Amino acid sequence: MLAAQARAQRSYRASFTVEVIGATVFTGLDLLTVLVIFRVTRTLGGFAFPSVFLMSTTSGLSFAAADLVVGNVEKLRLGIRTGQLDVLFIRPLGILRQLVATDFELRRIGRVIEGLVAVGIACALAHVAWSVPVALLLVLTVVSGTVFFGALFVAGATVTFWWIDSGEFANGFTYGGRDFTTYPVNVYGTFFRRLFAFGLGFAAVAYYPVLTLLHLPDPLGLPTWTGWLSPVVAAVAAAAATAAWRAGVRHYRSTGS
Amino acid sequence: MVRASTSAGGPGSAMRSPIPLQTFAVLAKAGFRRYSTYRQATLAGVFTNVVFGFMRCFVLLAVAAAGNGSVAGYEGSQLVTYVWVGQGMITVVGLWGDTELATRIRTGDVVADLLRPIHPVASYLAVDMGRAAFAVTSRMAVPVLAGLLAFDFYVPHDAVTYPIFAASLLLATVLSFGCRYIVNAAAFWIMDGRGPQIAWQLASTLLGGLYFPLHFLPPAAVTWLWLATPFPSLLQAPLDIASGHASTRLALGYLGVAAVWTVVIFVVAVLVQRRAERRLVVQGG
Repeated sequence: MLAAQARAQRSYRASFTVEVIGATVFTGLDLLTVLVIFRVTRTLGGFAFPSVFLMSTTSGLSFAAADLVVGNVEKLRLGIRTGQLDVLFIRPLGILRQLVATDFELRRIGRVIEGLVAVGIACALAHVAWSVPVALLLVLTVVSGTVFFGALFVAGATVTFWWIDSGEFANGFTYGGRDFTTYPVNVYGTFFRRLFAFGLGFAAVAYYPVLTLLHLPDPLGLPTWTGWLSPVVAAVAAAAATAAWRAGVRHYRSTGS
Repeated sequence: MVRASTSAGGPGSAMRSPIPLQTFAVLAKAGFRRYSTYRQATLAGVFTNVVFGFMRCFVLLAVAAAGNGSVAGYEGSQLVTYVWVGQGMITVVGLWGDTELATRIRTGDVVADLLRPIHPVASYLAVDMGRAAFAVTSRMAVPVLAGLLAFDFYVPHDAVTYPIFAASLLLATVLSFGCRYIVNAAAFWIMDGRGPQIAWQLASTLLGGLYFPLHFLPPAAVTWLWLATPFPSLLQAPLDIASGHASTRLALGYLGVAAVWTVVIFVVAVLVQRRAERRLVVQGG
């Protein structure tokens, strides 16, 4: 299935090239915004450019990786609306795995590579003191972040089982989450911060891991090792998303489709 | 394809009259009514606008705080206005584009539109105006209200700012329509319209001032962008007027630039349309 898709994709050569370049630039826009912001200020929330940039790039890489793996769950929304999802139930593969395989997009790999390069640059700019624990933390952070965003994608798509036109609603959390984690969470107002950074765990994606990586004190007062908790947060998110997905599929089946 | 006219100008063009106001109003009303039925999508979209509004607001306020309360000529409260009116305007102006015309071209439904005695650009514009009017009452009203309630929102004190802003918003919507029309019309030539669509989205959002106020860039770059491209007139201009960043004189200047660009884009749109129709006739007429 994958080879056929890739071939069909490449045949739309010219428009595809523009699309790839466009999509590549689009993912860079969040980072570009950070760069432009630091053109007009030296600190943000008390943090200098290197630390904020490391947060943005780490979050960006996690998002791109999650998008690569799970992003096709967005097609679920369309599948339910058009009734095409029923066809997939007939095939022997699990639905989720099928949706992931149906639209293998080369550009998503490109975004992950882009993300890796960006993180590399950010680490260099931040003068990360490399050691085994530091390297381990970085890898753990990105993997946890990927799982976290992946869980967010799945949960967002799951809402479609109950509310068909919920696409943009889910975007508020997925793309909103991406935007939220790009900046240090202490810039956000108290209520908003408590809800997203702690209630929903977004602070574990990039903010606390970077603080731990760079040995920076937390203006919000949490201990320096908080960054190591990202796998825990990711595991909770994954569990919640899986439960929601199962409930959604049960609900969908039970409504007589 | 049935030929509606034997004149050299292509299908229907010899029979087309300038669009009467009544027809325009009817089409606009139809557009308004149609988009008002998408209640759930509107609700979900408003939610996203509000979430992003909060985030962008906090970030820009933090930028201002680091600079003793102001940055790039904006006070904190002006940035609040910038963010929330901006979020409200995204849908009104249709910043992210749409693919309806492109889809109609690909499926062939566009032929029905071309056979009408009204110029397609005018008829699509009318519907888009109706769409935008509904967006003002829903997708714009709610974020602005949220901003007013949750933050220290700069409300313009000078009464003349309001009609100037309204005019700027209207021009931005019409200008955006023209650009979107051209982007969609690419479907007459290439089957997969994603390339032009993405290019448009990139230009309209980044160069329009959605991600950051354009004034964060070097002044020379801002001036060049404003005059040489239509994009700042889509979002940045109305926002600078609403947030009080622009003096009345400058605001009128922005209106002038937007007006010029609107004329230019519409001339291009009409020319593209004519070329496309000629091509259709040659292909399968």
